[in-house]
Amino acid sequence: MLTNKKRNLMMMLVLILAVALTACGGKKDTSTGETSTGTGTELSGTIEIDGSSTVFPLTEAAAEEFGKENSKVRVSVGTAGTGGGFKRFVKGELAMANASREIKDSEAEAAKAAGIDYTVLEVAYDGLSVVVNKDNTWVDKLTLDELKKIYGPGSTAKTWADVRAGWPAEEIKIYSPGSEHGTFDYFTEAINGKAQESRNDKQITFAADTNSIVSGVEGDKNAIGYFGFSFYEENKDKMKIVPIDNGTSVVTPSAETIKDKSYAPLSRALYVYASNKDLARPEVKAFTEFYLKNVGSFASEVGFIALPQEMYDEQIAKLNK
Amino acid sequence: MSILQDANRQQISKRRKIDFILHILFIAATAIGIVALMALLVNIMVDGLSRLSPELFTNYPSRIASKAGLKSAIVGSIYMVLIMAPISFILGVGAAIYLEEYANKNKFTRLIQLNISTLAGVPSIVYGILGLTLFVRGLGLGRSLLSGSLIMTLLILPIIIVSSQEALRAVPRQRRDASFALGATRWQTVAGSVLPSAMPGVLTGVILALSRAIGETAPLVMVGALTFVAFLPSGIMDSFTVMPIQIFNWISRPQEAFHELAAAGIILLLALLLIMNFAAILLRNKYQKNL
Repeated sequence: MLTNKKRNLMMMLVLILAVALTACGGKKDTSTGETSTGTGTELSGTIEIDGSSTVFPLTEAAAEEFGKENSKVRVSVGTAGTGGGFKRFVKGELAMANASREIKDSEAEAAKAAGIDYTVLEVAYDGLSVVVNKDNTWVDKLTLDELKKIYGPGSTAKTWADVRAGWPAEEIKIYSPGSEHGTFDYFTEAINGKAQESRNDKQITFAADTNSIVSGVEGDKNAIGYFGFSFYEENKDKMKIVPIDNGTSVVTPSAETIKDKSYAPLSRALYVYASNKDLARPEVKAFTEFYLKNVGSFASEVGFIALPQEMYDEQIAKLNK
Repeated sequence: MSILQDANRQQISKRRKIDFILHILFIAATAIGIVALMALLVNIMVDGLSRLSPELFTNYPSRIASKAGLKSAIVGSIYMVLIMAPISFILGVGAAIYLEEYANKNKFTRLIQLNISTLAGVPSIVYGILGLTLFVRGLGLGRSLLSGSLIMTLLILPIIIVSSQEALRAVPRQRRDASFALGATRWQTVAGSVLPSAMPGVLTGVILALSRAIGETAPLVMVGALTFVAFLPSGIMDSFTVMPIQIFNWISRPQEAFHELAAAGIILLLALLLIMNFAAILLRNKYQKNL
């Protein structure tokens, strides 16, 4: 009986060892498999990218296509958010950072202190789209003041009638992306004057997941929300987009109005920050060039608006200087 | 007399009523859980079944839904478990053996015990923060497969220790006494007598803890496990991604097709968890028969 138990124990130990060995074995397998797939003078290395989840689809597309041609360059892309990405970028942990806003002064100082020089690449445009429910018959347009009445800090507007006289006295259901989103930073700065300053009471819902804003606005007649243009493009038939009156003209966001910047102030540029130290590596430089050459076509694929071609050409020329 | 009987009858019928109401209440309590689970399963199946295909296993993530797959995430999850399993088994069961078989029951061990039970209830994101400081930055392991696995090991260690302790405690005292009476040392007693009969319980605990780690996202998001990884980790220091993170990324995309992909990923994850739980039951039965 005792031997039986001992045998069981031995079996367990063997099992653990086997598991441990397969763990190591698996790793060796993949590494040898990799070296054998190389074909001559290919680029190799790793490129770590993190940051804005808005820019993620663009960088992901570039990484995916680049990886097809350069299988030995390992590009990984994360979605820590613009702020989260910069935090790592200024410590020198990343080759590139995705950003849906420009670098803040405090972040730029941190980079300087750590000796990180960088190149800013403008990769695409996005237009923040304000949307309401399909059955909302009264909102024809919103002025910037009216938007501030709805989203501003300390706002007392409870019903639609409080926003503009004549609109129904029904309670507004307000949706906004959460504070970790660059989209939130941009919108609050453009509308409320200061980034991160926003209404914060029980009438507003902050969503970490943009899709929950889509379903929220779709499901409630009195709802209003905003998000990146790509989310509107994908859900066009489920909601109504609101033209914005910026004082000089009334503009509906579209590929054209975002591109020619007439959809102000809610259109924004999307950026990729590349560390100069890493740009000196041939694989990073090749990837950056590839990115700028192709991002125009990726942009429309994933719901953003491409910059005019000459702007990409300029940036590539600057890179090669 | 008749008044007394009436009162009695009233009381009895009142008690029966309460019994009946509670019966219904308990059925409802059970049903709500099951109905919610069923609704979830049906919802996911409807969305995801059409997306379950071999490509889901063989393709890397992609911006084009029809080409996207979970390959790097599945492999990442498996590697993580393979690294985690031996470390957490040895540490967890070792600690349980010390606490149950070796340590004296005094204030100090009671304090340790209290700490372990508390740790078992600490939210997983806290382990992420700890791991970020300790492994990623402190030990300089970076955002690697090794850091991820070590954080997950920390997360499940308390669960393994507590469940192993319970399994050890369930072994009758007589077995130990008999072994000592034969002149066996403590380790001989543990290895030859106690541990084998506690093994089914220990294994069940370990496997259930591992399946918790597979479904866990928060600590890995904290250390920044990456979302787009189109390569397999070639060593323990490589970056990686795991299934729940890939699923999370797909769900947060605007395109409907990616939501279906996410549902398919959830089905896969559920299947994996079911298999692991099933393995736990099988192992338990096997060892119980052997005794």
